[in-house]
Amino acid sequence: MNLTERQIERYSRHIILPEVGGKGQAKLLAGRILIVGAGGLGSPAALYLAAAGVGTIGLADGDVVDLSNLQRQIAHATSDIGRAKVESAAEKCRAINPDVTVRLHPEHIRAENALAIFKEYDFVIDGTDSFAAKFLVADACHFAGKPYAHAGILRFEGQAMTVIPGRTGCYRCLFHEPPPPNAVPSCSQAGVLGVLAGIMGTIQAAEAVKYLLGIGELLTNRLLVFDALKMTFRQVVFKRNAACQLCGGSPSITALRDEAPIACVCAGGRCETAVT
Amino acid sequence: MKLTINGETAEWPADTCLRTVFERLGLRGQRVAVMVNGDVVTRSQHESFVVHEGDRIEILTLAGGG
Repeated sequence: MNLTERQIERYSRHIILPEVGGKGQAKLLAGRILIVGAGGLGSPAALYLAAAGVGTIGLADGDVVDLSNLQRQIAHATSDIGRAKVESAAEKCRAINPDVTVRLHPEHIRAENALAIFKEYDFVIDGTDSFAAKFLVADACHFAGKPYAHAGILRFEGQAMTVIPGRTGCYRCLFHEPPPPNAVPSCSQAGVLGVLAGIMGTIQAAEAVKYLLGIGELLTNRLLVFDALKMTFRQVVFKRNAACQLCGGSPSITALRDEAPIACVCAGGRCETAVT
Repeated sequence: MKLTINGETAEWPADTCLRTVFERLGLRGQRVAVMVNGDVVTRSQHESFVVHEGDRIEILTLAGGG
């Protein structure tokens, strides 16, 4: 792939990095990243990946923009309220960088549609907002053989890990299965610091870019735990769990299935089961 | 005996099991993932798992937001 003069100028701060260069930028332009959930985590990830010149960005989300989203979901503006999140976020990505092709999947990821969507991409970013969705993304990436960056946020704490299926520890190695209903509060129940989504979503974008470039060390076999109140990052090293029900020696999960939507929170008459 | 829990080392009674740790930290009954010296402790063993002098314990709460 030959870069145009405009591209050489646009990506000059990448190209000047020896670890990236023109070849690396060409890899990014040929890269295909799927972002599941165009919400708090997905917004900064989408905007930075668009700016970085990732050639194909997929956005999967079945929700529309709500006023309560705008405290942290920075791809959406006040004027986008009521609009499909994937359309709102795609418009911002295209405005940042016309080099980028944004593909819209205006639907929630489920067992029946996940594998067909995931197979179109090189790397997946989990920006979902429920345990059911996070475990589904973990399972779907395993069965589709797609590396992905997980993140989860709540109150003032964020967690992130990257998984290379079949090679590194997975989300289920550590967290086994979704918690029972109401065992762990959701962001709409317990709250979340808006900027936390930006910090963790940007970490996921950095992992995606590193993966496409093939540089550095991915956040594998490690869970990064960020505490915004203490302003500390703690790294929890873990090993692949031989008894893991997904990637262990004798797995009990052998096909993709939906988890019960346990983070369903009915508040103010509205039921939020959505992937945001 | 000394235990390092989530990076902080403190003195604990001998023959402590994870149940005691959960109780003292107010985590009993909460959904957490636990690792001792880098190995994941299966959830069915959480309460009865005996820890030893110098063990590094990581207790992780789940964060499902996005």
